[in-house]
Amino acid sequence: MPPGGGGPMKDCEYSQISTHSSSPMESPHKKKKIAARRKWEVFPGRNKFFCNGRIMMARQTGVFYLTLVLILVTSGLFFAFDCPYLAVKITPAIPVVGGILFFFVMGTLLRTSFSDPGVLPRATPDEAADLERQIDIANGTSSGGYRPPPRTKEVIINGQTVKLKYCFTCKIFRPPRASHCSLCDNCVERFDHHCPWVGNCVGKRNYRFFYMFILSLSFLTVFIFAFVITHVILRSQQAGFLNALKDSPASVLEAVVCFFSVWSIVGLSGFHTYLISSNQTTNEDIKGSWSNKRGKENYNPYSYGNIFTNCCVALCGPISPSLIDRRGYIQPDTPQPAAPSNGMAAYGATQSQSDMCDQDQCIQSTKFVLQAAATPLLQSEPSLTSDELHLPGKPGLGTPCASLTLGPPTPPSSMPNLAAEAALTDILPLKDEHVGHQFLTPDEAPSPPTMLAGSPLAHSRTMHVLGLASQDSLHEDSVRGLVKLSSV
Amino acid sequence: MVHNLQELRRSASLATKVFIQRDYSDGTICQFQTKFPPELDSRIERQLFEETVKTLNSFYAEAEKIGGSSYLEGCLACATAYFIFLCMETHYEKVLKKISRYIQEQNEKVFAPRGLLLTDPVERGMRVIEISIYEDRCSSGSSSSGSSSGSGSSSGGGGGAGGR
Repeated sequence: MPPGGGGPMKDCEYSQISTHSSSPMESPHKKKKIAARRKWEVFPGRNKFFCNGRIMMARQTGVFYLTLVLILVTSGLFFAFDCPYLAVKITPAIPVVGGILFFFVMGTLLRTSFSDPGVLPRATPDEAADLERQIDIANGTSSGGYRPPPRTKEVIINGQTVKLKYCFTCKIFRPPRASHCSLCDNCVERFDHHCPWVGNCVGKRNYRFFYMFILSLSFLTVFIFAFVITHVILRSQQAGFLNALKDSPASVLEAVVCFFSVWSIVGLSGFHTYLISSNQTTNEDIKGSWSNKRGKENYNPYSYGNIFTNCCVALCGPISPSLIDRRGYIQPDTPQPAAPSNGMAAYGATQSQSDMCDQDQCIQSTKFVLQAAATPLLQSEPSLTSDELHLPGKPGLGTPCASLTLGPPTPPSSMPNLAAEAALTDILPLKDEHVGHQFLTPDEAPSPPTMLAGSPLAHSRTMHVLGLASQDSLHEDSVRGLVKLSSV
Repeated sequence: MVHNLQELRRSASLATKVFIQRDYSDGTICQFQTKFPPELDSRIERQLFEETVKTLNSFYAEAEKIGGSSYLEGCLACATAYFIFLCMETHYEKVLKKISRYIQEQNEKVFAPRGLLLTDPVERGMRVIEISIYEDRCSSGSSSSGSSSGSGSSSGGGGGAGGR
């Protein structure tokens, strides 16, 4: 056994273990400082988080505020100026119904805007390496210097052939109906579209909220428009048209806003009603993926066959919980697994276990990707450890591993690396302005090229360092089981 | 405690990970392939593995089941403008908790004694079931990846090549 090979490897481990178990004064503080960070703070997509990770939106939220203002102002004017007259003249049910509609619109709007649309977390380095290996085997080529052809996998769903595309940014094969949103830089399940009006993507988890929002908004718009007109007509019967307008100038503004909104909102509701009844997404409809006529070759494999079932499933089906666990801590600092917001009790157990070994696996994966034998790997280890020393505060093993696992330069499909860098440098000054809104930490920003692959890796590395001391009984039992195995 | 663990960790190391991919043949419902991966051939019996995956698939089917109770939940939520989600846990979340308990139990009883560890798919974005294969480290930690490139089955025997 070459000491050269064993040495750096042991040094690697020792340095990790020692950083953790070094002075007891230091480590709890450091542990506390690192452990206090939640996952949303290191989220790789381009999202904004508020209320400590509870609220998740896209980066551009200007139009969302416009939507809010329009709805609030119009409704406010209606309740303030038109409702008193109408409640007396016609019936007090008008403000009540209006109030219910308004409440419903705001509730669904906020739900659509603030919830996770169904973002798929990016692949862990092990997963990515495993996929790369399988693709290379399938292609029969070694990772050369040129970019390999786009990777697709075919799957037969209900008799229909569907192509699954490989996402270069997220390093996964996208599930059927998923798509990568270039604005948010995330793969979203059952991606419908990115809606600037709600400031978020519309996907599997928030499609029903979006639909209820536009539906209730159409009712509200029509409601307000109708009663504003009624109000003006009633007043002009008493005092003449011009006087009526002078008496309630707000009605004019409301009528104008409603008039222009009605066409688009009602039209959109109708369109989405059609989509729901045929179980398609906006994305699929625009691309013309499925033909409507029965008996044709490219029928929709996801449709349940009848309109009623399709509607029920889309609106009343089960909601899958968020897969990105925004409010979970990056590393629980107690031995017991901390209960994350999504109620995944065993999270701490398996996560710390698997991530502690990520460093070993990273080397393993690197080896697979480079298709190297043992010796080149052992030679590469000294360089890895020296990198580790060079990057302060951030384990250097992450960066070389990330660049190695990327293999041939494969820019993400959403944008070339240069633009990614530019976008990230744009983010940096933004961060200074928006003090309360953290979507990139200074730790992650300095390495733009590896950001996309590096941050999950650095992320797992951070967990690796911390995971060494925070154990739970399951992990101990598992490892004891393994020790028993070794003693056989 | 930490000291103990270091010793334990030194005697068992991660050899490789196997990923069980999703099975999309029935649409977008959550299902994993029951195909037995060759790397696990020497580690666990095919029956046990398939049974675990099938049980997981049935749990996910239960979570995503479209029927009376899910419609009721959906309608109630809609009627309250979805404010009810602020205080209530959805059926899906309840089943996910059941699943993580099941996985923990399987790890303790079936997988860890065989040197394997299942990771809950929910931590991998419901894309894969990650099975970590461990092997014991006979002597000091020269890279366990050393000679066992890709062939996980060779990691079964701890002795292996002289590189260990």
